[in-house]
Amino acid sequence: MSLSRAFFAIIRRDLVLALRRRSEIANPLFFFILVITLFPLGIGAQPHLLQAIAPGIIWVSALLAAMLSLDGLFRSDFDDGSLEQILLSPYPASILVLAKIIAHWLVTGLPLLIVAPLLAIFLGMPTHSLGILLLTLLLGTPVLSLIGAIGVALTVGLRRGGMILSLLVLPLYVPVLIFASNAVEIAGSGLPVGAQINILISILLMALVLAPWPTAAALKMSIN
Amino acid sequence: MFLVPDSVGRFFHRMASPPHFYAFTERLMPWLVVIFVLLTAAGLYGGLYLAPADYQQGDSYRIIYIHVPSAWMSLFIYIVMAVAGAIGLIWRIKLAEIVTISSASIGASFTFIALVTGSLWGKPMWGTWWVWDARLTSELILLFLYLGVIGLYEAIDDKRVASKAVAILALVGVVNIPVIHYSVEWWNTLHQGPTVTKMDKPSIHVTMLIPLLLMALSFNVYYVIALIQRMRVELLQRERNSQWVKTMVLEKKR
Repeated sequence: MSLSRAFFAIIRRDLVLALRRRSEIANPLFFFILVITLFPLGIGAQPHLLQAIAPGIIWVSALLAAMLSLDGLFRSDFDDGSLEQILLSPYPASILVLAKIIAHWLVTGLPLLIVAPLLAIFLGMPTHSLGILLLTLLLGTPVLSLIGAIGVALTVGLRRGGMILSLLVLPLYVPVLIFASNAVEIAGSGLPVGAQINILISILLMALVLAPWPTAAALKMSIN
Repeated sequence: MFLVPDSVGRFFHRMASPPHFYAFTERLMPWLVVIFVLLTAAGLYGGLYLAPADYQQGDSYRIIYIHVPSAWMSLFIYIVMAVAGAIGLIWRIKLAEIVTISSASIGASFTFIALVTGSLWGKPMWGTWWVWDARLTSELILLFLYLGVIGLYEAIDDKRVASKAVAILALVGVVNIPVIHYSVEWWNTLHQGPTVTKMDKPSIHVTMLIPLLLMALSFNVYYVIALIQRMRVELLQRERNSQWVKTMVLEKKR
């Protein structure tokens, strides 16, 4: 079997597994919607206030939803031993790990893009910035999965890794949060956002190239 | 290792052996303490007594002699941690692993001191304990990175595995620190920061600069002292079943 076939076989396997257990797709999505609903309840429903902080709310909620869904990335494979088989295979572990991350993003990151415009309208965001919001989510959420994978790989062997995972991963999410929410905010006032988008693209490419290595190394360490 | 001269390589090989390191640092420690006391005394005397009061800030600027060196150390120690982590991962040197984890809590303390003294300095100067200024924010995130390293090490029971995990995390963090720093700086300039933080930076006078550099040196020596002490304890704990620890303890008893 060639490397690319192994790569796509892992993606297909993970997607099939996710489709059989649909709650895994739905849970982060409901969490995302729920957290955004809590903000108007907590700070009051003044439209101009909500409109001003809408980009931040949506992005912080996306961050938290991405983080909560991370645990499912390697957990079941770790428990049933298929992770060991993947790492024992003759193919480079970092590439196969990348396949798992991509499948995970397709299952948990992509659905956020579908509901985000709806929630943005709930929060009174101007419609002309919706496109930019979607673009930042499209560029930013894969980075969240890629960086998060390092954290999960480090903690997957632990019985209670949840709390420590957030401490590991959230500080590393800061750049994505800053540039993405800033781009949406700037777009709302009708200014060009080329710089922020370019930086997000470069962060995505960097994470795509660099993140699988420490993830693979950490997984090998966790398995021993 | 073929790029370094033989004598240097031999020195590091010998230092990498735990019993040799333990004996060597025991002899080194009094000297370090003397150097630290001298440097600190000179730095504090120069900073608190000899240096003139600032024409704008009066005497309250003198907290700079604690604040700035700790901020420098907080970054420096993270880099040391990552370099030691890389050495530990590549050459499997036990001592390098111990350097990584022993540095983490020292670095976290320096970061905390830098944040607290900055806050104490900010109150009389800017009129507020905290502003979301670029440097303050990235220092705070640095503290979280340190806490993550410590938390991960504590969470994993097998300490050899934990050291490897911590080394990987430190390396990931060191790649991210510049990205985080510049993104925070960018965020702040875009958000039209509070004008109180825009202190114009007067070039510092020599009488103020020399004590500052002395204090920075003394903090470095202090870091080495604290690091060695922590490493020795960690080493004893990890090697408690080995022969050299047993013979040493028996000799001490006699």
